[in-house]
Amino acid sequence: MAEGLEEEVKTNPQGDVITATAPPPKLEEKKGAAAQRVVDPDYLLLHAPRKKTFITGSEAAKESIRRANVDIAISYPITPQSETMQQVGYLYAEGYLKDYYRGEEEYGVMSAIAGASRSGVRCLSATAGPGLMRGLEVISSWPGGRLPAVLLIMCRVINAPLAIQPDNVELSYMLSTGCILLHAENQQDFYDYPLVGFMVGEKPEVTLPVAVAVDGFFVTHARGWVRLPEADIKLPPRQCYHEAVPMMDNENPPIRISRDAPIQKSNFISYQMHASWQQEIWAAGERSRKWLNRWLGGLIEVVNPTAKTMIVASGAAVSQSREAVRQATEQGADVGLVKIKSIRPFPTEELIEALDHAERIIIPEFNYVGWLAREVRNVIPRTERVVPGGPRVFGGMSMPTELLLEYVLGTGSGRH
Amino acid sequence: MKRQAYKVLPGPEGLLPPPASIMGVRLPDEGEGLLHGDIVSEEEAMEGAAMALLTRKNPTLFPGPLMIWGWTEHTREKAPPFFEIAHEIPGVRIIPMPDYRPIYPKIDPEAVINPCHPNLTIWHNKIEACIFVGVHCHFANVTLKMIRAGTNCFTIALCAEAGHEDAMASVPNVGADKLRKFAEVLRRLKREGVKPLYEGHGIIPSGWAQQAHLTGADIEQPREEVHVGDGHALGHELERGLDENEE
Repeated sequence: MAEGLEEEVKTNPQGDVITATAPPPKLEEKKGAAAQRVVDPDYLLLHAPRKKTFITGSEAAKESIRRANVDIAISYPITPQSETMQQVGYLYAEGYLKDYYRGEEEYGVMSAIAGASRSGVRCLSATAGPGLMRGLEVISSWPGGRLPAVLLIMCRVINAPLAIQPDNVELSYMLSTGCILLHAENQQDFYDYPLVGFMVGEKPEVTLPVAVAVDGFFVTHARGWVRLPEADIKLPPRQCYHEAVPMMDNENPPIRISRDAPIQKSNFISYQMHASWQQEIWAAGERSRKWLNRWLGGLIEVVNPTAKTMIVASGAAVSQSREAVRQATEQGADVGLVKIKSIRPFPTEELIEALDHAERIIIPEFNYVGWLAREVRNVIPRTERVVPGGPRVFGGMSMPTELLLEYVLGTGSGRH
Repeated sequence: MKRQAYKVLPGPEGLLPPPASIMGVRLPDEGEGLLHGDIVSEEEAMEGAAMALLTRKNPTLFPGPLMIWGWTEHTREKAPPFFEIAHEIPGVRIIPMPDYRPIYPKIDPEAVINPCHPNLTIWHNKIEACIFVGVHCHFANVTLKMIRAGTNCFTIALCAEAGHEDAMASVPNVGADKLRKFAEVLRRLKREGVKPLYEGHGIIPSGWAQQAHLTGADIEQPREEVHVGDGHALGHELERGLDENEE
């Protein structure tokens, strides 16, 4: 009966033909991590071709995590960290992470990271200032648990009166935890260091958490040039069964060879075991030097290595110091710079050698207490060469190159 | 050879010696080994270790969970060459480290070694040379430092990963091939005239797989019997947990 009838054509109100046939399905495109290929860490970190892009520090961290093959990211918002973890949230939505959530607060976040790391997955968290202080009890337990993870620290004021501005005194609290601690100078470092952190911390002989610190706002919220490899490559996954301790995996017998703490008896055997365990944490940190040297190109960088006046700095103070060195050199001053990339392990031998010839040593810092100056003084001979007072700025102040020049040239605030 | 100022020697070194890595001892690369803290060739490290096992008192093998429990192909394939090594060391004993939990109120030092108090096993059995193999690196390092502190034992770490600075001799990346190579070094030293402290052979394994491997005989694998309901064997311990107040 239908053969003689004209086929009815359906249209929408605009007159467009409506067909009952759906468009042919597109082939499923791989997205997110599934579209990436695993490459050798040497290739991703050292040899892969890179293109320059102008992005914020938070965006640089996002690009780092995109290529880091991270399994889970957990954090709690706090300025100036929030934007970075928001960026990481976009990565989760795009399929680059398996899990991502906001913890109840930093103590819970750091505890959850401990659990995730014990189960053998690659973990990321981030915090800042008071958040770091709140999570510090748990963070201090990570190295003893031999828990690899990367913790991004976006430094800010921690003391009253309340402020959210740059100040990195919080890193002085990290020095004795046993975590590896890298201090990023700029957006480029904030891309590179987390990737290095994952690879170094997960080495079997290291098996430690790595904190990558950066000075908040100066780096996190400002744009800078960052050289990035293509986004279709990523690090190898975590090899948890090769690490220094057994994983908490009930499918692997025997489940009870776990990392139970030694039962703390009041006897020498218990004390000795705990002492040996603590020694092992710091010994593991020492073993990271080999890999940090390989992937960071050394624990320090030296500019004008023969100069009689040497500035020693870490983090954003390095960038200001570079400019001060340029301006001072234009004025005929003989000044050089040592950039410290790794605070833990500390570049003891490297500093002794790099500063051996120096007559004056200037250590600028973004904090009042001068923790970096203390660290340097602890390891170098002839500490009277260290110019007292820094310069140091804190509470959100920036570090103008004029201030650094006063110290380099021995004028104004630097007349010591 | 890369000479190291700090020497990792049999102790007792003192109450709390520093970790060798803090004293500048570095881990070897593939093809190398550590002997007394110096980076040497793998061959030289194995020779030093083999000499200690053949000539010092009460040589003992300490297999850890990664050797005892066949949870991966890697661990399973290392068991036969492990017994080859045991076979080549006259007077050898095998004392396992099956677990890392502290054993209270008292361990049986003839049955187990434990990372919480390894020196008790060394002292009780008067062990002067030992191999750790299949122990997770963290617990191996904790153990090696305590042994160096309080005993005169020559420690050897045959490590599947990067090696151990606190052992007197250590070889990294040890799989079945390197275990076989170590057994061959033991045989070669004896052929070359090294006289072992004890006479005869080492442990002659009684298991079907080891006998088949060593003798080449066609020994039938015994049929595994499944016992339903065996789960209760550990039930009481799981239920009760450890009594932390028990002395």
